[in-house]
Amino acid sequence: MSRSSEARAGLAFTLPVLVATIVFLVVPTVAGLLLSLTDFDIYALADPANLRFVGGRNYTALVANPLFWHAVRNTLVLAGLGVPMAIATSLAVALLLDSATVRWKPVWRLLLFAPYVTTVVATALVWRYVLDTRTGLLNALLAVFGIAPVDWLGDPRTSIPATLIFIVWKAFGYNMLVFVAALSTVSTELREAARLDGAGAVARFRHVTLPAIGPALVLAAVLSVANFLQIFAEPYVMTHGGPAQSTITILYFMFDEGFTWWNLGTASAVAVVLFVAILCLTAAQARLARRQEWL
Amino acid sequence: MKLGGAGRTIVLAALTLATIAPLVWMVGVSLMPLGSVATFPPPLWPTEPTLANYRELLFYHVGPGGGATSYRIGPAIVNSTLLAMLATALGLTFTLPAGYAFAKLRFVGRARLMQLLLALAVVPAQVAMLPLFLMLKSIGLINTYAGVLLPGLASVYGVLFIRQATLAIPDEMLDAARLDGASEWRILTLIVLPLLRPVVVTLALFTFLASWSDFLWPLIAITDQRLYTLPVALAAISREHGQDVELMMAGAVVTTLPVLLLFAALQRSYFTGVLGGGVKG
Repeated sequence: MSRSSEARAGLAFTLPVLVATIVFLVVPTVAGLLLSLTDFDIYALADPANLRFVGGRNYTALVANPLFWHAVRNTLVLAGLGVPMAIATSLAVALLLDSATVRWKPVWRLLLFAPYVTTVVATALVWRYVLDTRTGLLNALLAVFGIAPVDWLGDPRTSIPATLIFIVWKAFGYNMLVFVAALSTVSTELREAARLDGAGAVARFRHVTLPAIGPALVLAAVLSVANFLQIFAEPYVMTHGGPAQSTITILYFMFDEGFTWWNLGTASAVAVVLFVAILCLTAAQARLARRQEWL
Repeated sequence: MKLGGAGRTIVLAALTLATIAPLVWMVGVSLMPLGSVATFPPPLWPTEPTLANYRELLFYHVGPGGGATSYRIGPAIVNSTLLAMLATALGLTFTLPAGYAFAKLRFVGRARLMQLLLALAVVPAQVAMLPLFLMLKSIGLINTYAGVLLPGLASVYGVLFIRQATLAIPDEMLDAARLDGASEWRILTLIVLPLLRPVVVTLALFTFLASWSDFLWPLIAITDQRLYTLPVALAAISREHGQDVELMMAGAVVTTLPVLLLFAALQRSYFTGVLGGGVKG
C-alpha cells in the first residue's frame, strides 16, 4: 500500500467540494461583509464606477430605519411565541406516540410528519385559503362552536398568530420524530420503579422523562430559533408582509431592500446582522451542549 | 385525567385528522369547478369532481385579452424536475468522494480542512446570496440552470453526513483491497458505495426534496418566466390569480403531491436520515 497514492487520492476527492465551498460560500460571505460597507445600489449595478465606500453608514441608517426595527420585532415575536408553541406541540404529540398502548403508531407517525416534507410555498398558499375570513376552513370550524369569523391574515393583531399556526403545523413533525427517538431511550425499569414508589404522572415526567430528553429538547429549541430567524417564504406567500407591515421579517426586509429596491449595500448590512445573530446562537448552543446536565 | 390505550389512540387519530385536513381539502378544492369556494361554510369535497383546473393550469387557455396565454406550469414542472435531479446527481458526485476521504484517507491537512468545513456549516446561506447574485450576474449565469445549481455544490452537510457513515466501515476491509492493488477510486466505487447504499439513498432523497422545495435562491437567480421552478411559478401566479382558489389549489397539488409520494415511498430512508442527521464532528 502506497502512502503517497493515498494522499493524492485524499486531496483529489476533497478538492472539488473545498473549491466549491470557497467559491460559493466563503468568498461571497466575505464579499457580503465588504458590500455592506458600500453604497451599492441600482446605479452601481449599471456601472461599478458609481460604487463608493461608505464605512458604517449602512448600519447607522439601519438603526435609524423604523421598518428595519419593525422587521426585527416581528421576527423576535414570531420566534418568541413560535418556538415554545412548536416545541410544546412536538413534545405533546411525541408523548402520545410514545405510550405503549397506542395502536397503529406507524400510520399516525407518517401522516403527522407529512406537512414537514411539503413544499412551503404550496402549503402556505393552501393555508392562505384555510385562514380566509369568508370561505376558510378554520372559520367554518370555529362557527360550529359559535365563534364569529376572524379576519386571520387581514388584521395586524391576528396576522402573526395566524402565520404561526401554519408554521407550527408545517414544522412540528420533525421535532416530534426526534423526541420520539429520545423518549425511547428512557429506561422502562426506571419509569416502573418511579411508579411503584408512588410518583404521579407529573413527578415521573419531571424526574425521569425530562432529564433523559433534556439535551434533545435544548438542541431542538436552539435549532428552532435559528429556523425562525430565517422565515421568508411564509409571509411572502401568505401576507406579502402585511397587513400594515405586521408580518415583515428580517429576511423579507433584506429581500425587499436587495431585489425590489436594489439597495444591495443596505441589504448586505441586514444579512451581516442576521449572520451575527445566528453565530451567537450557535455559540450559545455549543456552550449548552457542553453542560447538558443542567436540567 | 387518565387516558387508556384506546383513549390515546382516539386523541392521536383526531390530531392526525386535523393535521392532514388542509392537505385533503387542497385536493378536494382542486377538483371543484372555478368559483365553488364562495359560500360559507365552504364546500369540503367536490360534488362533481372535475379536472378543469388542472387542464387550465397545464395547457394554454384564453386570456383576458382574448389571446391564448399560459400559466407556464408545464415548463415549471420540467424545470423543477430537471433541477432537482441535477442537484442530486451533482451533490452526490461532490460529497461522496469527499466524505469517504475525510473518513478513511490519510492526507496532509485533513484535520484542518475538516475543522474548516465544520466551522462553515454554521454560515447561513442567505448571507452569501446577495454577492452570489452579483458574481453570477457578472459572468452571465443569472437565468440559467447553472446559476441555480452552483451554490448548492458547497454542500457541507452532505460531506459531514457521508463521513459519519463511512467511519463505521472497518479499515481492514479497505486495507485488504489496497493490498490487492485496488486504486482508491475502485475502493470507493466497488466497496464503500455498496456498503453506504442506504445512506446514499437518504442523502439523495434529502437533496432532491430540498432542491424541489427551495424558494429564495431560485426566486433571486431566475427572472425569466420560462425558467421558473414550481414554487417560484406558483408564488408568481398567486399574486395575480389569488382569488381563483380552485386553480391555485390545483397548483399546490401539482407542486406538493410529488414530494409527498416520494416521501411515502421512501419513508424509512427519510426517517433514518432525520434521526441519524445529528451530525457530529
